[in-house]
Amino acid sequence: MTELAIHVRGLTKRFGALVAVNGVNLEVPRACVYGFLGPNGSGKSTTIRMLCGLLTPSEGDIEVLGLRVPEQAEALKRRIGYMTQKFSLFDDLSVRQNLEFLATVQGLSRQDTRTRVDELLKRYHLDDRQEQLAGTMSGGQKQRLALAGAIVHKPELLFLDEPTSAVDPESRRDFWEKLFELADAGTTILVSTHYMDEAERCHRLAFLDSGNLVADGTPKELTDKLRGRTFVIRAQSPRQAKQALDGHPDVLSVAQIGNELRVLMRKDKVTVDDLRNAAGHADDAMEIESVSPNLEDVFVVATRKHAQREEQPA
Amino acid sequence: MNFRRLWAIMLKELRQLRRDRITLAMIMGMPIMQLVLFGYAINLNLRDLPAAVVDQAQTAGSRAAVQDLLASGVIQVAASAQSPQQLVDLLREGRISVGIAVPPDFERRKLDGREAIQVMVDGSDNVVQSAAAQLAQYPLNQPDNFHARAQTPISVVSFYNPERRSPVNIVPGLIGVILTMTMVLFTAVAIVRETERGNMELLITTPLSRTELMVGKVLPYAAIGLVQTTVVLLLGVWLFRVPIRGSLWDVYLASSLLILANLSLGLLISTRARSQFQAMQMTFFVFLPSILLSGFMFPYAGMPEPAQWISEALPLTHFMRLIRGIMLRGADLGDLWHDALALVAFIAIMLTLAIRLFHKRLD
Ligand SMILES: Nc1ncnc2c1ncn2[C@@H]1O[C@H](COP(=O)(O)OP(=O)(O)OP(=O)(O)O)[C@@H](O)[C@H]1O
Ligand SMILES: [Mg+2]
Repeated sequence: MTELAIHVRGLTKRFGALVAVNGVNLEVPRACVYGFLGPNGSGKSTTIRMLCGLLTPSEGDIEVLGLRVPEQAEALKRRIGYMTQKFSLFDDLSVRQNLEFLATVQGLSRQDTRTRVDELLKRYHLDDRQEQLAGTMSGGQKQRLALAGAIVHKPELLFLDEPTSAVDPESRRDFWEKLFELADAGTTILVSTHYMDEAERCHRLAFLDSGNLVADGTPKELTDKLRGRTFVIRAQSPRQAKQALDGHPDVLSVAQIGNELRVLMRKDKVTVDDLRNAAGHADDAMEIESVSPNLEDVFVVATRKHAQREEQPA
Repeated sequence: MNFRRLWAIMLKELRQLRRDRITLAMIMGMPIMQLVLFGYAINLNLRDLPAAVVDQAQTAGSRAAVQDLLASGVIQVAASAQSPQQLVDLLREGRISVGIAVPPDFERRKLDGREAIQVMVDGSDNVVQSAAAQLAQYPLNQPDNFHARAQTPISVVSFYNPERRSPVNIVPGLIGVILTMTMVLFTAVAIVRETERGNMELLITTPLSRTELMVGKVLPYAAIGLVQTTVVLLLGVWLFRVPIRGSLWDVYLASSLLILANLSLGLLISTRARSQFQAMQMTFFVFLPSILLSGFMFPYAGMPEPAQWISEALPLTHFMRLIRGIMLRGADLGDLWHDALALVAFIAIMLTLAIRLFHKRLD
């Protein structure tokens, strides 16, 4: 996996005074499922649109599948699939009509269109509703249809912008099964998401925060960096303990999850006793346990670190 | 341009259109409704218009002539008057629509073959004006009238609207008005709607070219425009006996030119409008001058010069000249080549602008 499907240097997009994407560098290997994480408005959709050639970058160089974007965007459009964040197939056409339209527009012959559409309807469990209007389908069905529409021409590279928002966990799991099938067949997939469980399934990840790429790597690389910095505290009065910890200089963040507190420290090699001291002995029955870091912790660290870097020069 | 892709877009548009009941109803309803509305105004068989009669001759002949006019059923006495001046006052007050004045020298005028009866009409009202025209055709053939030259001894004086328009002028023009209203709006809205619904982001990520996209989207509407033309023509000929003196082929050719001109204009609007509402506003901005300055409502010759310049830039103006020439005067397209050429130039400019301004981008 040495060859890159996407290679981006210093990508920036400004909307007036707003910097939506700020100097992003990105390397996506081929046949890889690459996750794009970030809160609302962090620039995920904007980045994807620039990679597809739909938005013109303010600055930076983009190379996708060996083509320069936006200059060679038209040639690129034959080789990529793009599933938009908002459902963008035609509500007032049937499932089959939508797929046939996309297949024809993508240049499939009449015969190929028929076989390909039949195959996709079957594979995405849509064959029993092929005459239904797309607009009347449920969220999960729409999302399967949109995916089918995006891969009708067997693209080498697939962009999926928050494909699983508004989809139940069961359907989400099915959806990811389909993604891995595609990746196994050699398709490169760039998928944006809000869900950490989805992020963990990706081969590689990039975290975006207010337009900045704040961390990237494999999920394991990213979490390993935080080893020894994450703890769970069970206390009688978690709120009190949280207050004590919140102000402590070594504590980066404290989040309450039910009766537990998840604590993230600024430095590693912290012991359970250090933390007990930090919590100010508020509660003797307090149980403290060192736990392995997850991607949410990675995200908290990455965004905090970035925020500090922004503050320092000021 | 790839014809399979072009066809895919057209087919999609037609399928969507089939499910869009309101638009479909507009397509057929608008020509019918407008024709019936305008048709009422140009209906020649009017009855019982309020009238007043002043007979200053008071001869047996004049009384019989007045009786004949009343017997036509077009007018009905609604007020009494003693002098022609009172008739004018009644007209102005709106109490009568038609005033009939028989001058004291009625018999002599008749013998001389001059106009013997004056019919004054409220010319601000189209309906009344056409009724008066009908009255004027009414033969005053009494048994004691041996003078063949006095076939139409009634003069019609039109108040408030000196320019008398023939009803047949309206129907050919109406084709143009309906096409201008529907074609510009439908195309402008059809493309902006894709953007509003988010379908455009899908379309521009496919290998569809700009030309395929725009042409494929508007061609179905061109077919609709021809259907509308046919509806107006059929109803116009059937209900109002509008003549088609030139060739039908030329009528359709001229209509096609106007349709394409309006579609290109609609496309241009769609590249600028951000919402369907904006598209409608812009359409209206073009539609109003088209109605007022194209010669449909007011004659071109009477306009001040700046209005004439605007008028020349409107496709409807050229179409008005073409269609009236072809349908009413029996001209062919070759006779009117400069108006046809003006439409072709308009199409070329608008289409080029529209395709250049449309980008397969979101910004
Ligand atoms: N066309 C535009 N004009 C002006 N500002 C825009 C435009 N498109 C996006 N933005 C702004 O750019 C920023 C990034 O938006 P973007 O849609 O890329 O975020 P996102 O990460 O996809 O968010 P979400 O998770 O909510 O989809 C936002 O602040 C947004 O308001
Ligand atoms: Mg987004």
